[in-house]
Amino acid sequence: MPSLLFCGPKMAACGIVISIWGVIMLAMLGIFFSAKSAVLIEDVPFTEEDITKDQNPPQNIYSLYNQVGINCFIAAAVYVAVGAVSLCQVRLNKRQEYMVT
Amino acid sequence: MVFRSEEMCLAQLFLQSGSEYDCISELGELGLVEFRDLNPSVSSFQRRFVSEIKRCEEMERILGYLLREIHKARIAVPEEDESPLAPPPRQVLEIMEQLQRLEMELSEVAKNKEKLQRNLLELTEYTHMLKITQTFIHSRSRYEEFPTMETDSAGGCTGMQRLGAKLGFISGLIQRVKVEAFERMLWRVCKGYTILSYAEVDESLTDLDTGEIGKSVVFLISFWGDQIGQKVQKICDCYHCHLYPHPENDEERADVLDSLRTRIQDLNNVLHRTEDYLRQVLQKASESAFSWVVQVKKMKAIYHILNLCSFDVTNKCLIAEVWCPISDLAKLRGALEEGSRKGDATVPSFVNRIPCTDTPPTLLRSNKFTSGFQSIVEAYGVGDYREVSPAPYTIITFPFLFAVMFGDLGHGIVMSLFALWMVLTEKKQNKKRSNNEIWTTFFNGRYIILMMGLFSVYTGLIYNDCFSKSLNIFGSGWSIKAMFTNQQWTNKTLQNNALLTMDPNVSGVFNGPYPFGIDPIWNMAVNRLSFLNSYKMKMSVIVGVIHMSFGVVLSVFNHLHFKQKFNVYLLFLPELLFLLCLFGYLVFMIFYKWLAFSARESNRAPSILIHFINMFIMQGKDITPLYPGQTGLQIFLLLVAMLSVPVLLLGKPLYLYWLYRGGKGLRRRRGYERVRRASEDNSITPSYDDDEEEGFDEVSNREPLPKQFDFADVCLHQAIHTIEFCLGCISNTASYLRLWALSLAHAQLSEVLWAMVMRLGFKITTKVGVVFLVPVFGLFATLTVSILLVMEGLSAFLHALRLHWVEFQNKFYHGTGVKFVPFDFSLLPSVFEQEGLL
Repeated sequence: MPSLLFCGPKMAACGIVISIWGVIMLAMLGIFFSAKSAVLIEDVPFTEEDITKDQNPPQNIYSLYNQVGINCFIAAAVYVAVGAVSLCQVRLNKRQEYMVT
Repeated sequence: MVFRSEEMCLAQLFLQSGSEYDCISELGELGLVEFRDLNPSVSSFQRRFVSEIKRCEEMERILGYLLREIHKARIAVPEEDESPLAPPPRQVLEIMEQLQRLEMELSEVAKNKEKLQRNLLELTEYTHMLKITQTFIHSRSRYEEFPTMETDSAGGCTGMQRLGAKLGFISGLIQRVKVEAFERMLWRVCKGYTILSYAEVDESLTDLDTGEIGKSVVFLISFWGDQIGQKVQKICDCYHCHLYPHPENDEERADVLDSLRTRIQDLNNVLHRTEDYLRQVLQKASESAFSWVVQVKKMKAIYHILNLCSFDVTNKCLIAEVWCPISDLAKLRGALEEGSRKGDATVPSFVNRIPCTDTPPTLLRSNKFTSGFQSIVEAYGVGDYREVSPAPYTIITFPFLFAVMFGDLGHGIVMSLFALWMVLTEKKQNKKRSNNEIWTTFFNGRYIILMMGLFSVYTGLIYNDCFSKSLNIFGSGWSIKAMFTNQQWTNKTLQNNALLTMDPNVSGVFNGPYPFGIDPIWNMAVNRLSFLNSYKMKMSVIVGVIHMSFGVVLSVFNHLHFKQKFNVYLLFLPELLFLLCLFGYLVFMIFYKWLAFSARESNRAPSILIHFINMFIMQGKDITPLYPGQTGLQIFLLLVAMLSVPVLLLGKPLYLYWLYRGGKGLRRRRGYERVRRASEDNSITPSYDDDEEEGFDEVSNREPLPKQFDFADVCLHQAIHTIEFCLGCISNTASYLRLWALSLAHAQLSEVLWAMVMRLGFKITTKVGVVFLVPVFGLFATLTVSILLVMEGLSAFLHALRLHWVEFQNKFYHGTGVKFVPFDFSLLPSVFEQEGLL
């Protein structure tokens, strides 16, 4: 079985750090988007039509908020996977180092 | 952490000649004292213990060779946790002998190995040559016709009779790069009487002289005639060919090949065994290598120190002069007793305190937490002896000023976590001892970074800024709904206006200030910066004035300690009055405006700046006063400030002049006494106060008094100080505005990064958007760390440091002292560690 190692120890450590940060930050962003926080209004990609041609306001904007929120949660899940891969790489690196010395 | 540096004394150590080595070894282990050089005029080759140091250096040379061999063989050197003590002189010879024996053994084995390898190469080349020339011979069938007649002794070529001329063969190997030149040379010299055939060897062989690995070519030259043979021989020598005897017939060739094969096998066996033996020897040596290195290092250090002592021939003992902290004198005595006991001396060594005229070095004890802050203070300058140290306050003010410039909750959390990781794994990192200088700098400042991160979290909460977004924890104090319920705004207002202003005077709109920090609604306001700028500028001025006043107050302690009480009235008081009457009053006005005018009166709140300017030009009859009696108070404050300037300028020189003249025309003796008592006496020891003559020009001459009192000099010095202080007050207060500037820059950078990078990730709202969001977040994280944390962090660090060094420390700190460097084995650098061999 060919070696599953494809990145060095420093790259793997960076991967773990960014994954942990990504999971926490994207999860919190997901929560804040779902809670329709006003501070994040600029980040929701609404158009002029969503405001003026809305049948019962503000449901269009609210649904956009929800969509962005769900995207954030999925991205957080992706980062969990990335973190798991990085953790494997770190373990493999440690094992290789142990075998050489 | 200590308020001021420790009291030091100069002591003489009398070391008995039997036990001086052990005493110094004890002192080195404890790291108590700093030795002074008693033989400064003697060159290093003329000192007493030169031969011992030479011996140590010889041992170091052998150890270096040994470590290099161990490193080449890739054996790890095990390190012990406890470093071994310096060996007594009798053990030294043993170690020396062991090292020399090891060196001899190693060099012999290495030589043998080289010889064997050379031999192996020769045999391998011969084998190749035989195999390849066989193909030549068999391809040219005509040579078989000629039986061998006789062999020629020169060069191992075989001769064959043919048409009366002898046919000779020369065979061997030559480097491939030289083959064409060789062929051409042969052709030119021998003019066609030779035939050269060659073929390349498959295996690349190592040339042992140069160590290169390259291809070789086997060649076979057949020639007619003796003279041609000699010429060919000379050409072969010239091209550094390896020549081997050419066999006459096939049976001989087969025999030689067989014997070569067995010989090569034997050689390989011997080589393997030699390498194994070498490895064994190195393995055994590596076990004690570490302790030898440490022992030799300690020995050399001890002999260096012994060279600094002076040898008292009559008393048969060595005298050393050391600087010792007074609190450690008991430990010093104990160490000397221990050393004497170990050295089996009949008479113990002892300590004797002596009076000193030089300024002792400065010692400030610190632990792993305070040493970082101590080092950034010392980078400006080591404090004078017994001067107030700014380091304990720096532990809090430095991270705080950094945090004011850095204030972001998210960035603060990331920074704190990074520092926390460094702190928690510090034992492991200390063992690793990395060579990367940048990493060691960051690691040594881990506690500073931790404090900076924690304070940044605090200021991030106050500025309500987390990755450029505000957190609404308590519920905003402003309500937009109230503007609608009170019929101020309607839907039509919304459609017709791009921007609207909320009116706090309408009931229900402003419900009181946010409990902690800036209200989150400001994050969505267009005039956010005007509000924040005013707030941050005022805050910077307040922090600046407080910091500077604190610095001026600290100078009182220095004046009182150095028994210059007149400085308190003639320097400190005018300085403080000048600072507080002008800028303290500005701070007062800021606070007054904040307390007297609320959000409801915000449209008619006066400008502090106008009032402050009017105070100086003494105008202002046409503006409503902030409070009753303002004009009168302002004129009074201005007068006090202006009067304190001439007091600062002339007070001290005049007072010193009056003192020098004996003061009020009293009797000269009395005046001299008074001058003596008021001179810059240092509180060394009470026992030396009795000595009237000695105490006069004692340590730390702040300003050398009466021998020659130069009035002009003192006047000039004081004038410079006055101008520096007064103009400095204004410029330093303005300098603190960098707290505002950098925090604005940080906030804006953070906002731009979010708007330009992170927002792109949210643009696509379908599930496909995740494909963009994941890499965009990775990019955002990387840019945050590199730009906002590293770049902005270093920038804020630098500016906070500058504020400390210039604006704070020049109010009271001189920083012209010498640091106390004790003789401690653990502080000595190790040459081998630096080379990476250990």
